Amino acid sequence: MNINATLFGEAIWFGVFIWITMKYVWPPLQKAMADRQKLIADGLAAGERAKHELELAGKRSADALRDAKAKSAELITAAEKRAAQMVEEAKLTAKVEADKVVASAKAEIAQQVEQARAELRGRLADLAVAGAERILKREVDAKAHSEMLVALKQEL
Amino acid sequence: MASGEALTTSGYIVHHLTNLSVGQGFWTFHLDTLIVSGLLGLFAFIGMAKLAGKASVTNPGKMQTLVELVLSFVDQQAKDTYHGRSPLVTPLAITIFIWVFLMNAMDLIPVDFIPLLLGLTGVHYFKVVPTTDPNLTFAMSLTVFTIMLVMGVKVKGVGGFLHEVFTVPFGAKLAPLNLLFRIIEDIAKPISLSLRLFGNMYAGEMVFILIALMGIWQLPLALPWALFHILIITLQAFVFMMLTIVYLSMASESHG
Repeated sequence: MNINATLFGEAIWFGVFIWITMKYVWPPLQKAMADRQKLIADGLAAGERAKHELELAGKRSADALRDAKAKSAELITAAEKRAAQMVEEAKLTAKVEADKVVASAKAEIAQQVEQARAELRGRLADLAVAGAERILKREVDAKAHSEMLVALKQEL
Repeated sequence: MASGEALTTSGYIVHHLTNLSVGQGFWTFHLDTLIVSGLLGLFAFIGMAKLAGKASVTNPGKMQTLVELVLSFVDQQAKDTYHGRSPLVTPLAITIFIWVFLMNAMDLIPVDFIPLLLGLTGVHYFKVVPTTDPNLTFAMSLTVFTIMLVMGVKVKGVGGFLHEVFTVPFGAKLAPLNLLFRIIEDIAKPISLSLRLFGNMYAGEMVFILIALMGIWQLPLALPWALFHILIITLQAFVFMMLTIVYLSMASESHG
């Protein structure tokens, strides 16, 4: 074991290598590793956030769907109600119209009956006069009997 | 095997444990240690610096992933142990772990391989594992020791540092004893740090050399030892790194 000047040479080598490592090796690599760590952490955080957002969006879409369903059900109910109402109204209108038609028809019928009756009354008087003529087999003075005939007509 | 050296067992071992050196006395330089450790370090750290320069955040390549894996492991160890905020601790720990690991890994190259290749070019001695050279381990541990002292003074201030030196652990009345304890404690740190690494790697290399001496029997023995040694290589790099972090955290936290 002989200690000699090699010691100084090796100390210089050692110092040079420490200097290289301290200046050119460790700082850039440390920075690269730290940057990568940050990148990964950020990526994971972003992933977590996106997952959370997806969950929220899913919840929101489910809510929207439920709302839409409720609203559409409401609309359908309202529409059905309205339709029933309309049918009811139409029925009512139709009934009123029909009643009107029936009433007018009845009135017309009554009028016609009245007319026919008046006509028949006139013709019956004529027939009665003709019958009486035949029965009497002679000319009956219409003028003389007209008073009686009118009275008869009134009676009918 | 060096020419002219006796083909004896001890000659073989001594040959494998001799550094390629220039200079005389204290001013001797172990060229093999300096070159191998320097090349490994330059390869690793300039490579990593290039990689870090074009590091991708979103699309890291295989190499970047590997480097990031190792570095973040070391950083985690540093963060778990060192609670202050220092821009130096993690890079220091990274440097130690990777550099020591690579230098230890040279142990897995068959012991005769590089000496044989270099022997052809006329280089007769070459110890390829730099961490079996105490000069390297002491250089590292003393650097760590210096950083430790500087950090202690920086965090606590000169007054706080001196106060701690003279009053911990027995209180102000036993100041000389405290100082003695502190000196022993602090000297023990770099020595244990460097000798642990040196001893482990030197012993491992020695076992490889002894196995290589067994002729045909080295074949079934070298592989298990190499496999086991992978563990030691990693563990020693980890221990050196970990103890450095612990020492630095001790230096920047109060002892009480």
